[in-house]
Amino acid sequence: MATQAFQKIYTKLNQITKATCSVRASGVGNEELATVAGRLAQVVKIVDDNVTLQIFAGTEGIGTDAEIVFLGKAPTLKVGPDLAGRFFNAYGDPIDGGPDVEGTEVEIGGPSVNPVRRKQPSELISTGIAGIDLNNTLVTGQKIPFFADPDQPYNEVMTMVALRAQSDRIILGGMGLSNDDYLFYKHSFENAGVIDRIISFVNTTENPTVERLLVPNMALTAAEYFASEHNEKVLVLLTDMTLYCDALSIVSNRMDQIPSKDSMPGSLYSDLAKLYEKAVQFPEGGSITIIAVTTLSGGDITHAIPDNTGYITEGQLFLKRDTDISKTIVDPFRSLSRLKQLVIGIKTREDHPQVMNTAIRLYADAANAKTKMENGFDLSDYDERVLDFAKEYSDKILAIDVNIDIDKMLDITWELFQRYFKREEIAIKDEFMKIYWKKA
Amino acid sequence: MTKGVVKAIIENLVQVEVSGPVSQNEICYIDLGGERLMAEVIKVLGSIAYTQVFESTRGLRPGNTVEFTEKMLEVKLGPGMLAKNYDGLQNDLNKMKGVFLTRGEYTDPLDEDSSWEFTPSAKANDKVSAGDWLGNVPESWISHKIMVPFGLTDEYTVKSIVEKGTYKITDTIAVITDKEGKDIELNMIQYWPVKIPIKAYTEKPRPFRLLETGVRTLDTLNPMVEGGTGFIPGPFGAGKTVLQHSLSKNADADMIIMAACGERANEVVEMFVEFPKLDDPRTGRKLMERTIIICNTSNMPVAAREASVYTAMTIAEYYRNMGLKVLLLADSTSRWAQALREMSNRMEELPGPDAFPMDLPAIISSFYARAGFVYLKSGETGSITFIGTVSPAGGNLKEPVTESTKKAARCFYALSQARADSKRYPAVDPIDSYSKYLEYPEVIDYLNENVNPNWVNDVILTKDILRRGREAQEQINILGDDGVPLLYHDKYWKSELVDRVILQQDGFDDVDQSTPMQRQEYMLELILDICGKTFVFETFEEIMPYFMRLINICKQMNYVEIDTEEFKQYEKGLLKEVEERSAK
Repeated sequence: MATQAFQKIYTKLNQITKATCSVRASGVGNEELATVAGRLAQVVKIVDDNVTLQIFAGTEGIGTDAEIVFLGKAPTLKVGPDLAGRFFNAYGDPIDGGPDVEGTEVEIGGPSVNPVRRKQPSELISTGIAGIDLNNTLVTGQKIPFFADPDQPYNEVMTMVALRAQSDRIILGGMGLSNDDYLFYKHSFENAGVIDRIISFVNTTENPTVERLLVPNMALTAAEYFASEHNEKVLVLLTDMTLYCDALSIVSNRMDQIPSKDSMPGSLYSDLAKLYEKAVQFPEGGSITIIAVTTLSGGDITHAIPDNTGYITEGQLFLKRDTDISKTIVDPFRSLSRLKQLVIGIKTREDHPQVMNTAIRLYADAANAKTKMENGFDLSDYDERVLDFAKEYSDKILAIDVNIDIDKMLDITWELFQRYFKREEIAIKDEFMKIYWKKA
Repeated sequence: MTKGVVKAIIENLVQVEVSGPVSQNEICYIDLGGERLMAEVIKVLGSIAYTQVFESTRGLRPGNTVEFTEKMLEVKLGPGMLAKNYDGLQNDLNKMKGVFLTRGEYTDPLDEDSSWEFTPSAKANDKVSAGDWLGNVPESWISHKIMVPFGLTDEYTVKSIVEKGTYKITDTIAVITDKEGKDIELNMIQYWPVKIPIKAYTEKPRPFRLLETGVRTLDTLNPMVEGGTGFIPGPFGAGKTVLQHSLSKNADADMIIMAACGERANEVVEMFVEFPKLDDPRTGRKLMERTIIICNTSNMPVAAREASVYTAMTIAEYYRNMGLKVLLLADSTSRWAQALREMSNRMEELPGPDAFPMDLPAIISSFYARAGFVYLKSGETGSITFIGTVSPAGGNLKEPVTESTKKAARCFYALSQARADSKRYPAVDPIDSYSKYLEYPEVIDYLNENVNPNWVNDVILTKDILRRGREAQEQINILGDDGVPLLYHDKYWKSELVDRVILQQDGFDDVDQSTPMQRQEYMLELILDICGKTFVFETFEEIMPYFMRLINICKQMNYVEIDTEEFKQYEKGLLKEVEERSAK
């Protein structure tokens, strides 16, 4: 970045750690950007004239005589229609060989929307995946992560959701993506012929770790531009938020903060909430929906990262391998979409809520029957029936390769109910039984 | 007034060098090129005041000037607060201009131009002191009392009071004289620091009156009382917020104050959207007209989150002093504790368990202590019932916020992941949860007198049925269906009957979502009658289908109004089923 006239240049660093450095300087504002030996850095702490900077690209090779130039502004992104179809790095610079973007420069990580100006999310996003549409219906303005183990096909599922969902714009924020995954996303978007709808901000494992702290805010600032100024329905994909949190903990560690649970900074909840709460339904029709990935270690959701995430997001989606049918399914027990109540039975058929709950209850009975079977006990007739039901339900509804509309999902579930159960075992309100229970 | 200069900035902790006296918790404003950022003193060390800023500190730099106000964080109290949506610092969110919140924008919590129909109740020469009623104005359906400001600690004589008529809240409505003969002019507005409890009452007895919530698993099994305290811990997804919303809609309180503390904005929006539409069965007005929402969503600045629960409590105390039954709900107190932790961390205090501040238990218990049932000076009663949610990390109840709260709150409504997973809502665990009030003799008397003479015994019997059912279930799981006597299946399915018919409640069904106490009593007696019967079964395989049929009929009963022909038909069918199987 070129220095401009009247900019003060500092060259005496008094402290260098792996991620930060300090310098004596005056007139510097909190969260201001600077360059340190050409690398981008941000002010994170000021004590008198001692300014601590977090250097995004790391401090390798930085000398105590490195040149520090303060830029007088917080991190910014140039937003404009030209962003569409482009790939950027964590600083918002193009990495696809194309020209710089022309547009208005806005600070990233800006203020939040006044809650009374938000609109209640009410528009269903259908994906064709019954495990999502039927049991965990998504709504515009929602924020929801996939909690996935690293060996699960979360990137594939997320791409599928993104491409099938009806949205005007898809913005990918990739943090610590392996180069292979980055190319996977790129090719999937290209092959689907939707590259014009896509904007990507990517930090791969080949880039410095701390850089990725900028990625979600870059993606969300771009999303705010399209949702708020162009009233577009924007879908933001953030993957992998666990790697984002790891970067947070590195910085807080370098700043000598006392770690709280699982070595994460005490502010983890607020840090994550500031990102996820950018999901919003604007009154003028635009919306930001966030679908994220939080990888788990050994399925442990009590770890600070998935735990804090779960308290912020509006539900979570779990994938699971169903060995009975040899397919990946959306786990009906642990998955939850908190906003589904706003649309199911309202925007969808009125029997939706009861059918959904009944099927899951029966699926739970099947899980109990399975335990019984594994423990070597005799199965009752009911046990046998729920087990058969569960297998077929898993195959026709829960599997992620299902692609049908919601009415069809409901019809299939009713068919299954009638094939395996008696009236009283279903316990659905009589008014729906009258319409949909066709068995004599 | 003391002035200062910014010396250091660490996130939202700002050190200010001061030139004069400052006090702990004093409010100051940092001038950032025309934007004024509100901050609170949280520690003083020599000439350095440590302040927590209630806003983003982006762009703040050493040398910015600071002005101290000589006041602690206060709320502005007066008519016109009902139905308002405030942020954690009592800014009226509806008065803010843009779609996005603007830093440094503070709005008036009251409407100074609004006019109110004032009726005096005190008269000249009356002796008055803090909290005494001077008159009232109708605010929505509440008779809003205009009180002698709580800050006036002496005894005063009313010198004059205005006639009945229409006044603005800024108009002088009374003049009172202190012992030295100095006149004090009073209007309808008063201020009070949020961290200090309002104690303008004469006595705080043990609470004894049932607070109906319409939620069966609470009212029947673990009742809450007027002026009681309780908390709802539970992992995410267990339904804490849904349960709180249900309480706010159906509880038998004069007014509801919801403190959304560090929670999801979309959940608050749900209240903004639904409450103005929903009818309050008690008044026939809209729910919003008895509700005040204090909203500090999770993305708002963390220091204001800490303030938000105090703001809510202070407003609750103000209304309690008018003789009202206030229900205060805070979702979630864990976020408040986390805000305390973030600040403690930044101040480099030595951490307690899980890096929370050492005084967390003390802070929590003194907050819960502000709730309660009181006798006012006028002889009338008022109450604040406080129910907070706790979001324990990893759903593990052995963590500092849950443990500290358990010491302070008298009711414990544990939400269970297992119940939530099998969609048994509300997921309040009937065996782990408790209400200490069930042990209060005055509560027992009240319940037996007002519900039915044998009520508390029946409740205890119900709990035993549930406990026996769980034991039977464990045995069945270990020994197998045919490895246990039939009686075990019978016990298990009787507990399932209670669970599915009494405890489980469909929060999204118009009828089932709220059950009046009378109906709860009717259904419990009906179910207990069935549980008391001896049934004849040949094999264990007959038991489940039979009870499923009973449960199905009872569920259909739950979905219809009690005084209808439909209900009676279902009940008839049920009794017939029961009769056929009963031992003769």
